[in-house]
Amino acid sequence: MTATTTPGLVDIDHVHMEVGEGAGRFEALHDVSLKIEPGQFVCLLGPSGCGKSTLLGALAGHLKPANGTVRVDGTVVDGPHPDRGLVFQQHTLFPWQRVIDNVAFGLKMQGVARAQRHAQAHELLESVGLAGFESRYPSQLSGGMQQRVEIARVLINRPRVLLMDEPFGALDALTRARMQQLLLEIWSRFRTTVVFVTHDIDEALFLADRILVMSARPGRIIEDRTLDFARPRDAELVTSPEFVALKRHCLQLLHRGERDAPLPRMSPLGASLASS
Amino acid sequence: MSAVLASKAVAPAASWHASAAARRRAARWLAQGASIAAFVLLWQWLASVHAKLGIVSFENVPTPIAALQAGRDLIDSGKLGRHLGYSLWRIAAGFLSAAVAGIALGLAIGRFEPVRRALLPPLELLRPIPAVAWIPLAILMFPSAELSMIFITFVGALFPVLLNTIHGVDGVDRRLIAAARSLGTGRWQMFTQVILPAAAPSIATGLAIGMGTCWFCLVSAEMISGQFGIGYYTWESYTLQNYGGIIVGMLVIGLLGMGCSALIRLAARLAMPWASSGSAR
Repeated sequence: MTATTTPGLVDIDHVHMEVGEGAGRFEALHDVSLKIEPGQFVCLLGPSGCGKSTLLGALAGHLKPANGTVRVDGTVVDGPHPDRGLVFQQHTLFPWQRVIDNVAFGLKMQGVARAQRHAQAHELLESVGLAGFESRYPSQLSGGMQQRVEIARVLINRPRVLLMDEPFGALDALTRARMQQLLLEIWSRFRTTVVFVTHDIDEALFLADRILVMSARPGRIIEDRTLDFARPRDAELVTSPEFVALKRHCLQLLHRGERDAPLPRMSPLGASLASS
Repeated sequence: MSAVLASKAVAPAASWHASAAARRRAARWLAQGASIAAFVLLWQWLASVHAKLGIVSFENVPTPIAALQAGRDLIDSGKLGRHLGYSLWRIAAGFLSAAVAGIALGLAIGRFEPVRRALLPPLELLRPIPAVAWIPLAILMFPSAELSMIFITFVGALFPVLLNTIHGVDGVDRRLIAAARSLGTGRWQMFTQVILPAAAPSIATGLAIGMGTCWFCLVSAEMISGQFGIGYYTWESYTLQNYGGIIVGMLVIGLLGMGCSALIRLAARLAMPWASSGSAR
């Protein structure tokens, strides 16, 4: 794969965000500032409704901050762009396109010729382990395969940042573990910056170079910690004493701000999603 | 070796299953054929004895045999092709213009709020008016009877297509639109690459319903004006007391309507292979 490693310096500067309509409008993020180095794998960890998906939406350009700025490589984010690929929890593949055309979609939008974009899409499908599934329709794939196609479709644009909103949240435990391993493999090849939203502590600790723990509404970053578990990582890591100690620490952090009733899940597109 | 034995052992059972299924299918066809035959026989009997059943009278109803004779007369007269040609031309012109207008308007109304506010209220006012009620006004508005008939079929098909297109556009998953924007989709591309295919199943439903109303409206319009057309032929048969022709006209209208709807469904299936490919896993 001839991946031209693009930088992906993320700079979030005093960002406040509000979501919802009319009387239901509330402050989702309160004064969040952070920098992410190019190529870093960052997990945003927090309870449901804490605003981590909202922050992802701001990075993707689907939501506008009420205050503050979001920059990627020095350019202010003011709308969606293929430089910032977004992967949703439930796949958003086009049901009317075969797998190969779904993956090649970004290149089609750029006006790349069919043969060329299919060649690149084929290469990417190979790297996510889906060679041979080119002519299937999305509905003919399992949930894990659909997410792999979704990731390939985003990667074909060579994004500076890969934004993932609980991408494996809807998968069964076994598939999820396999997908996490696969994602790390892909990332080791593409080396793009990854911002990965999850409420699963194990997942965050297993994947990330650095975790950002967020408190519930309004969302603030309450812990910023770099993880130095050696790579490549495997399932053994999850039972190591260091991992378990860190997990206990994260659990305490998340419990501290716990409410009686969990908040509704939010999405990178706003407060709630009727269609998901 | 063992495989050969196994296949020998299995083969008769498999063929028995296949023939059982074929027998069941044949029985079903037989039952359906018998039911239709019984219905035709009942009709023949009622019409030949000029039965009077309370408010319904079969005194002037032609028998199936008379209808068959009228059908042969129509073919011999050489006018069948002309009647069919005119009707099909009017259907094609009215339906295609309604499809183009309905889909274009529906996409614009569904996607752009100002267009919706400007166009939807008057369209909503016109919608409950049956297309047939437009006939007198259409005759006044258009220079020829031909154009006014095409206009009636157009009105009949327009609203089903328009409303289903709007419904389809409204129903597009906004996550798909967001994903497409993140993948670099421009404004125009969004229409052709995302909105149109996403709304296509709903649009196809609108087209199928529109084709049905098209025939309904055409036949009514032809009964009022025109010299050719299958609806005109049916009405002419009544006025000329060629009662068998009424039945022929009715059957031809039914068959053509059915055929056109089947054509729409076939086209939709070919254009949207994803919609019928169920999940394999």
